[in-house]
Amino acid sequence: MEVGQMQRRLAEYTKSLFMEGILDAQFLQLQQLQDESNPDFVVEVVTLFFDDSEKLLNDIARALDQQCVDFKKIDAHVHQLKGSSSSVGAQRVKNACVAFRNFCEEQNAEGSLRCLQQVKQEYNLVKNKLETLFRLEQQIVAAGGSVPMIESSF
Amino acid sequence: MSFSAPSMENGFSSPRNDSFPAGLRVLVVDDDPTWLKILEKMLKKCSYEVTTCGLAREALKLLRERKDGYDIVISDVNMPDMDGFKLLEHVGLEMDLPVLMMSVDGETSRVMKGVQHGACDYLLKPIRMKELRNIWQHVFRKKIHEIRDIESHDSYDGIQISRNGSDLSDDGHMFCGEDLAYGKKRKDFENKHDDIGDHSSTKKHRVVWSVDLHQKFVKAVNQIGFDKVGPKKILDLMNVPWLTRENVASHLQKYRLYLSRLQKENDLKASFGGIKLSDLPSKDPAGSFGLQSSINVNQNDVPNGSYQFSGDNFFAQDVDTKNHEGDLKRVVSETTETKRTLTADLPDPQDMRSSQMSFDHSFGSLDSEVNFSAIPAPYSWSEAPKIQFKDEIKPLLQLEDGFSQLPLSGLHNHIQIDPLQSASSITSGLSMTGREICGPAKIKPLYAQYCSNHVSLLSPKESAFDSFPVQSKSHVEKHQSFEPISTAISSMKPQGFNLSCITDFESCQRNLISATDSTFEPFNEDLRVCWLEGDCHSMNFGLPNVEFTDYTDAGFIAEFPIYFCDTLTSDTECPFDQPEYSIVDQGLFLS
Repeated sequence: MEVGQMQRRLAEYTKSLFMEGILDAQFLQLQQLQDESNPDFVVEVVTLFFDDSEKLLNDIARALDQQCVDFKKIDAHVHQLKGSSSSVGAQRVKNACVAFRNFCEEQNAEGSLRCLQQVKQEYNLVKNKLETLFRLEQQIVAAGGSVPMIESSF
Repeated sequence: MSFSAPSMENGFSSPRNDSFPAGLRVLVVDDDPTWLKILEKMLKKCSYEVTTCGLAREALKLLRERKDGYDIVISDVNMPDMDGFKLLEHVGLEMDLPVLMMSVDGETSRVMKGVQHGACDYLLKPIRMKELRNIWQHVFRKKIHEIRDIESHDSYDGIQISRNGSDLSDDGHMFCGEDLAYGKKRKDFENKHDDIGDHSSTKKHRVVWSVDLHQKFVKAVNQIGFDKVGPKKILDLMNVPWLTRENVASHLQKYRLYLSRLQKENDLKASFGGIKLSDLPSKDPAGSFGLQSSINVNQNDVPNGSYQFSGDNFFAQDVDTKNHEGDLKRVVSETTETKRTLTADLPDPQDMRSSQMSFDHSFGSLDSEVNFSAIPAPYSWSEAPKIQFKDEIKPLLQLEDGFSQLPLSGLHNHIQIDPLQSASSITSGLSMTGREICGPAKIKPLYAQYCSNHVSLLSPKESAFDSFPVQSKSHVEKHQSFEPISTAISSMKPQGFNLSCITDFESCQRNLISATDSTFEPFNEDLRVCWLEGDCHSMNFGLPNVEFTDYTDAGFIAEFPIYFCDTLTSDTECPFDQPEYSIVDQGLFLS
């Protein structure tokens, strides 16, 4: 596949992520922050997000597994996750966190478990999508092309 | 008085001086590594000098180690080791740096809490670049205030304060100071130790008597009973942990003075309808109390934190020596280059000119002229305030009134003055108007600011009361001018109060005032316009992630500064406007 084709594919793929609400405008902001001094900025940030999120998800799972569930603590974790997902534009993850916090407030263990599953699902989805996106970018760069900046319509 | 700006120098250390706000030293505190990285990048893009920190305690350590090493702190609200609000308090108390809070949670109550704890602004995550670009305004504003404070302190040391106004200060400068720091003078006079010692030393943390704080104060006073009141009792009732007895004592003193001035004024205004502040039908001194309590009542209308005015700073604005102006202008012009976004639909050249006329003189000349008696204008507060105050404004107005009548008149004054013959009457009472102008000039639309600024207007001079008639007269006329502002204000309301706007205005106002008297009218107009344009990025807490489009090409383009220059008597004023506006521009967005 030649570079032009790859670039088009990447553009469409990225666009679809926005259309499906998996990513929001914040992701664009990140892309815009990237420059020559920081050519891998987005990848670095997203990697931080992945690491942080996985840790948080594990903490939440563990907390829910306890005999005596500490909802305050879980809520704190979820809040954190909400914050970091908003940093990269992982919209669906963020929304799932919002729902999760409601259950925490109600001290609803079952609801919380379900929410956790939901959040995990959304997280895995965005993770996959972003990894694919980065791979596409890498391919373009490897082929000598440059990664086009998405037009912001936000 | 010689204008020395040590604080300016310290604050604007070398990298910043020439290219402010580039090189602004920001400390970012956030436990989220992702956000920390992003913010660092964003701030670097703004040409700021960034230090990141993942823990609140660490941040405090850094701050304590290098007391003058940072200009502004941005901190997340939720952190594992320490509550962001606590950190905020510490920073405010110990270092007196502007602190911005951030959170992904934009609930009004949280935001309010942030403001109550002294945050200069509350940013909602995800944070946009534009929001970060303008954080320098908070630094600038603080510097301005500090300078004013220092100036007023310097000038007031040993000044004889004559309550009857017959003994005006020796030189014009003093006079101005008096106007502004009426309370301060009083304090010096009656309470030698209070602030002076502190202020004359390096900058000390000043208590900012926000609207909210003042309301608590007033509530406590009313609860105790004004006659039986005492600082300790008030302090206990207020239940504000970081407030000291001394803070309350000095504030109480000012309040008492204000009230007695009101009393006196009421005597003077026998023929007047009494001050009618929006829904306050007050006519008598008691009305002032009513005012006070009404502040409490209307608290909800306005975000508390927006009206920042430190007790000591009340009059800071008025203290404006030429030197000071010069410096401000210098500083301002530095920023002028960078910011030229505001545009104003200057409504009425006419107005401006006339207003300028009255505002022409500097504060310095205030002392002599006061011959208001020459101006027979009926003194009716009723109209002016009414016009100006829509819901949200009311509380402000009331608050102001709580401190002094002057501000009101000043406010009106400057709004009203525009085209009228009042201008002529005003000019005769030049000093007064000048004084008034200082105060109100700032805020036409922004009462909040007005409150804060005007607190300064509480000029202690009895003669000030005389000028009221002049003021009122002038105000009476210009209702129209208020309307748009009122609209602007009311339209602002639903947006969720944009605190940053208010503070912006505040700073704009102050700056304007200090820079030039004559820019009032136009300024106001501009402010009004400014509100309507630009992005409202900062305090969007009512509107999650709402993106405001840039208005830069909305047609409001910067003609106004030029306009001003034409109408203004002094050239120096023009450059000053712009930075102010840009601040305003950023802050207010009314969709």
